[in-house]
Amino acid sequence: MSLAAVNLETPVLPAGRTVVEMDNVTAEFVLGGAFFGQVVLRALSGVSLKLVSGRALALVGESGSGKSTCARMLARVYSPQKGRITFEGEDISAFKGRRLERYRSDVQMVFQDPFGSLNPVQTIGYHLERPIRLHRPDLRGAAVNAEMLALLDRVGLKPAADYLARRPHELSGGQRQRVAIARALSVQPMVLLADEPTSMLDVSVRLGILNLLEDMKVQRNLAALYITHDIATARYFAEDTAVLYAGHLVEQAPSEAITERPQHPYTQLLIEAVPNPARKISTTRTRRATDIPLWTNKSVGCPFVSRCPRVSAICKQVMPEPVFVGAAHSVRCHHI
Amino acid sequence: MFSETLMEVRNLTVDYVGETSIARAVNGISFDIRKGEAFGLAGESGCGKSTVAFALARLTRLPGLVSGGTVRFEGHDVLQFSKARLKAYRWRETSFVFQSAMNALNPVITVAEQIMDVIETHQPQLGKRGARARAVEMFELVGIPSQRLDDFPHQFSGGMRQRICIAIALALNPKLIIMDEPTTALDVVVQRDIIEQIVELKSRLGFSVLFITHDLGLMIEFCDRIGVMYSGELVEVAAASSILTAPQHPYTRALGNSFPPLTGPRRRLEGIAGSPPDLRALPQGCRFSPRCSRAMDVCTQVAPPLKYYPQSQGQAACHLLQ
Amino acid sequence: MSELTESGPFIATQQSVTNGNPAPTLDALMGELKIKRRPGFLRRFPSGVQTFLTNGKGVAGLIILTVFVVMAALAPLLSPYDPYRRAGKPHVQPGVEHFLGTSRQGKDIFSQLLEGGRTSLTVGFIAGISATLIGLAVGISAGYFGGKVDEVLTFFVNVALVLPALPLIIVLASFVEEASPTIIGLVLAFTGWGWSARTIRTQTLSIKSREFVLAAELMGEKKWRIIVREILPNMSSFVVGGAVLATIYGILAEAALEFIGLGSPSSVTWGTMLYWAQRSQSLQTGAWWEVWPPAVAIMVTGAALVLINFGVDEITSPQLRAARLGGRIKKFLKRRGRSVDVF
Repeated sequence: MSLAAVNLETPVLPAGRTVVEMDNVTAEFVLGGAFFGQVVLRALSGVSLKLVSGRALALVGESGSGKSTCARMLARVYSPQKGRITFEGEDISAFKGRRLERYRSDVQMVFQDPFGSLNPVQTIGYHLERPIRLHRPDLRGAAVNAEMLALLDRVGLKPAADYLARRPHELSGGQRQRVAIARALSVQPMVLLADEPTSMLDVSVRLGILNLLEDMKVQRNLAALYITHDIATARYFAEDTAVLYAGHLVEQAPSEAITERPQHPYTQLLIEAVPNPARKISTTRTRRATDIPLWTNKSVGCPFVSRCPRVSAICKQVMPEPVFVGAAHSVRCHHI
Repeated sequence: MFSETLMEVRNLTVDYVGETSIARAVNGISFDIRKGEAFGLAGESGCGKSTVAFALARLTRLPGLVSGGTVRFEGHDVLQFSKARLKAYRWRETSFVFQSAMNALNPVITVAEQIMDVIETHQPQLGKRGARARAVEMFELVGIPSQRLDDFPHQFSGGMRQRICIAIALALNPKLIIMDEPTTALDVVVQRDIIEQIVELKSRLGFSVLFITHDLGLMIEFCDRIGVMYSGELVEVAAASSILTAPQHPYTRALGNSFPPLTGPRRRLEGIAGSPPDLRALPQGCRFSPRCSRAMDVCTQVAPPLKYYPQSQGQAACHLLQ
Repeated sequence: MSELTESGPFIATQQSVTNGNPAPTLDALMGELKIKRRPGFLRRFPSGVQTFLTNGKGVAGLIILTVFVVMAALAPLLSPYDPYRRAGKPHVQPGVEHFLGTSRQGKDIFSQLLEGGRTSLTVGFIAGISATLIGLAVGISAGYFGGKVDEVLTFFVNVALVLPALPLIIVLASFVEEASPTIIGLVLAFTGWGWSARTIRTQTLSIKSREFVLAAELMGEKKWRIIVREILPNMSSFVVGGAVLATIYGILAEAALEFIGLGSPSSVTWGTMLYWAQRSQSLQTGAWWEVWPPAVAIMVTGAALVLINFGVDEITSPQLRAARLGGRIKKFLKRRGRSVDVF
């Protein structure tokens, strides 16, 4: 047991190394009929990002912005129509058989809904034992049990032995999310994809989960992708933030630069909309939020034109290329 | 500021009756909603805030049971209302906007008919034409162009549908609107838009709001007074402005510290250790004591009563304050 | 109260207000609503089984069915006479010698009833369970694999749904001259799985969309393991409920087919008993005892299975479980003069 516990604290990688790279990735889904009026939804348009060991990148956007698609592409649920995703320099779409199996264990996902991501009829022990049996051939017999206990202990479920035989419905939302994190850690991944891991949880336990993920990231040098609609928790957990709008990365920067010096009009709108207890609601502004446009393979220009206060003729025709406005701070807007 | 009481809730107790046990989801809570004010109920999921909203609307359903207490609306006991009286109470005196309301619109009926339905049932004297005119008026009020009146719900986005629900809730000019997480399912930008709209309508029409959300920041921005609930009990009632700046109860303070700020240095916050108690296995004494960093011996034995404290001009239930 | 109001904008509560409608303590409420903790032996079962075992209807159905099954199983020991041979004069009234009288051919009705129950129940259960298993295999594959597999399987499901058992039996009977209970059972199994396949497919689609299935896939679990360990256990009560309904169908359909003369008249089942009673015009001649016993046996078995199905339904439906309390909660409200329109 002590040996297993040591394992959980050891870094899997040196810090600061690019583990996963998305290069100009486009994701398309066919909507509607196969013959006529076929609409090809473009969920991601030319998205490029990097996940670096020991750091977290937050992907911020509204529902429908394509942020979950992005995580699922990295988990190889879907493949990109254009562009490349590489893992330690290798193209992941080429992975097959044993290589794919290893990739599956190297990249782990924590889902939004801890009520849905654990099987209600199986015990907590089952959820931890399966990944160990599948991906940890070094652990057999009593070592499996010891590892499961060490994992539960590590994610703060103590005394660990009490949890193995329980079923998900006997646990609170926060405890379930801890089990899901333990499951992800059980296969010693290098990359953690967290898809809104706290949005379904009680307010008071959210920080506990984020802090746990933070510890994992720091101690094990995991490369983390944190998907959220909450720009404040993005800033709290992630060193870098990327803002996604209708499948386009419109701004990417160190998290503090995003919240303190937002450059893209959409980022500015988003930050202004965050509830702020220090002020009272003013009713003088007249702002009408319209919806995120449905972006298809035929759409052109900047997707934000329908809501943008700075819109001009060129915006409707061309999506601007990223412009650097500071160290590692890039914006896609014609008016910078 | 707001002196007249609109709704008076006393010792409201709501139980969930299981096959083998009963969970007391709301344990004798008391508060007032004044005319024209926005009163907020804050707390985590499972603390009983939505259960209170349903009880006030007389919408408690099996296995829920309002087992005690009184709810007085302008002096009349809501829990004793007959069927006919209840019909007038709902929509005309009190109306509701729930989180899932936008999905509860009937998909095969145009939005105009849905709002006219409510108007015609309660105010038949208006007639079809009058109801239609009122529908147009309501839609303009919430910022939906009147030419979209004859569209079906699926032709609107989530935010628009929630506006329609607000229009329906306002149609009969009620004195109280109960809003249970009205914007939780929406994106922040749309949420801001709708909340600003509600604030504007409230100042124009003068209705009161019972506002329920887990988002303390939004609640502080919107409400005049806030009651903080924990595990079925009110632990603090105070002016919205002092909930963050001068919290009396340790839970209120911890809850305030659970939201990472958008400004200032990035530093580690601790949240609240543990999780809310299981209502079927409550701790002795103060229900927050197992998670409270300042718990004393007395806290694990005696439940502190909710008391008025002049220094904060609010009520709190904590032994530390005595 | 007024003094408190003046001391600040906040009205203090609890102490300041007389409580007109106190809530009973939890213990008092448990007593008033007659809610009891479950005895220890029950709490060892999974919660679904607990729900079933505390449902009066379900347990009653289970007891009735058990009695019938035990009697049928012990038929050779319990039967006073050989059900296939003459045991006395034709149409003897029920009495000491023949508990339920004799048939037109002088066979002992009680012995026939036990023997017939053996065949009818066996055929019904085998037909019902086989149909469910076929439906399960087809439904779960169609739902889980989707795409082409789904298209092909759904086609067969639709064929099975429109395929009528009756003409098929007539055709088969004309081939084999008389259809033995085994053949009838097989035909019922092969024509009766459509509904269960369809419901299981829908159920599979809904479970498949839950994230724990995706989580297992991303973890690299094999497909068969996802079906067997992740999906199947989540619909066990649907499968049991479906099997119960299919068994009812099997028993009724078998009896009906034999009653209209499509079965083998030489076998002894509840259906052929009715067939012979009809042929010998027993009702017209006043020999009610030849008609009623098999008819009642079929009805009671069917009713027992329906009762069991109520019990199984309750496991999957929280509303049904809550409805158990409805009456007691109404009484609670009435006693306090509150209207009960909310239910």
